[in-house]
Amino acid sequence: MALAAKQVSAVELTRLYLDRIRGLNGKLNAFITVDEDHSLAQARVADERRSRGEAGPLTGIPVAHKDIFCTRGLRTTCGSRMLAGYTSPYDAHVIERFDAAGAIQLGKTNMDEFAMGSSNETSHFGPVRNPWDVARVPGGSSGGSAAAVAARMAPAATGTDTGGSIRQPAALTGVSGLKPTYGVVSRYGMIAFASSLDQGGPLAKSAADLALLMNAMAGYDARDSTSLERPAEDYGRDLDLELSGLRIGLPKEYFAEGVDPDVLARVREAVRWFEERGAKTVEITLPNTGLAVAVYYVIAPAEASSNLSRFDGVRYGHRASEYADLNEMYRRTRAEGFGAEVKRRILIGTYVLSHGYYDAYYLQAQKVRRLIARDFSDAFAHCDLIMGPTSPSTAFPLGAKSDDPVQMYLNDIFTIPAPLAGLPGLSIPCGFDGKGLPVGLQIMGNYFAEAKMLGAAHCYQQATDWHLRAPKETPL
Amino acid sequence: MSLTPDQLQRIATLARIDVSAEELSGVTDRLNRVLGLIDQLQAIDTQGIEPMAHALDARLSVRQPLRADAVTETDQREYYQRGAPAVENGLYLVPKVIE
Repeated sequence: MALAAKQVSAVELTRLYLDRIRGLNGKLNAFITVDEDHSLAQARVADERRSRGEAGPLTGIPVAHKDIFCTRGLRTTCGSRMLAGYTSPYDAHVIERFDAAGAIQLGKTNMDEFAMGSSNETSHFGPVRNPWDVARVPGGSSGGSAAAVAARMAPAATGTDTGGSIRQPAALTGVSGLKPTYGVVSRYGMIAFASSLDQGGPLAKSAADLALLMNAMAGYDARDSTSLERPAEDYGRDLDLELSGLRIGLPKEYFAEGVDPDVLARVREAVRWFEERGAKTVEITLPNTGLAVAVYYVIAPAEASSNLSRFDGVRYGHRASEYADLNEMYRRTRAEGFGAEVKRRILIGTYVLSHGYYDAYYLQAQKVRRLIARDFSDAFAHCDLIMGPTSPSTAFPLGAKSDDPVQMYLNDIFTIPAPLAGLPGLSIPCGFDGKGLPVGLQIMGNYFAEAKMLGAAHCYQQATDWHLRAPKETPL
Repeated sequence: MSLTPDQLQRIATLARIDVSAEELSGVTDRLNRVLGLIDQLQAIDTQGIEPMAHALDARLSVRQPLRADAVTETDQREYYQRGAPAVENGLYLVPKVIE
């Protein structure tokens, strides 16, 4: 708005954020790569565009990009030693869309290696720290993007979500994040982890900002065979959603034992706010919720073991320095280039796809995946939106779960079901626990219900200020 | 189902990842914990349920897109090979495979 009124130029705005990144990145490690000259050059172009009267809603707005999106000429590491020196020869579709809208590339944000993690501790470039408490994790895998938005190092950021990688870090850092319906945002140039689940989406302070970002990000792309050809939609069209009569489903499996009592209390308070405005709550059941993590840890590693076979030290990326033959070159390159969690998932994936185990593990997981998707279609016969906690706990201390993969995986129990079904999911801040750490409210909707989800979130954010609170550790 | 270190070595060979002797027992232990988690799927009755390979096949009929058989890419071999570890005369170099 200040840009439109010409009170501030894109160059001034970009400088402001670059200064803030310089000041805070040593503390938070949210960015892997920043190219100030490139950002400022884009800002000058945006200012010229505005002076010609050709500015759109995002022209001149700095956006940080998760380092999983390929950027032509700017290093793309995916948080891995394997790609530590990699510069992509092309731009991801999402990057092209933001460039076309006149947005400024503010830099590439830190992430769990190849998006495999829920704490940002698996990054080759070191963990990201939570701006609300630097001894705690920001969540993952889009932890750098979430921490950057929370600490006001960027007004907006991109992320990707395979099992919760946008929503969980959004919840743990007190920002808003949306995982769209599978197929809405092109995966072209987004480094693949689990292709049947991966979906790009935005992180920002408010739902209204997410709608603006979605308008730029979403759209058909022939280069992604799973991209959906649909008429363009305005994701902000339902921001004035009528809450009266809205049916909100509360899955009993999401309000169960094992969830932090503070998290449950904040989520119940948020649900009550909707009830007071005329929304009707219905108890629903998603009976296969407890199987989702197991299904995910068959399907995602299986797809990852196939996708990551491309990292062989031949065409790009790391290559071991010593080897006797081709096979040893592959084995050493991959042993050196991948971190422990990525190797673990490749090995699990290789195992569940191997001869004699394929039916028992992989096909069985795909069958249970359908049961989980059916749970949702049954539930949406009784409600318009589903609400519950994004994560069973608030941000946990660094190192608390990094030794036991299963404990780490179970943290994603409420975010894994939506991508298995291909459904959209949103997390918005809804208060704090006793330690002053943010709590996330998850809003799930039916296929293509993003505008309605954002509308409900926007109404809530008009009346509350949780999304505007700034972390104490990174004062403005 | 639980893996022995020998079985893990075989999988590591299939995955083309060296697992050193020192790493072997730790990696096997952590992997077995994950296999313990996914083993709960074995008890679920899925008789008559079709496997779901695609996120949207539950609700939407997704047609496989076809494009015209036309050249859309130009030759940028040199540009694309700039990031390769070893290249000579436009070819990727790998250790000798055939004696």
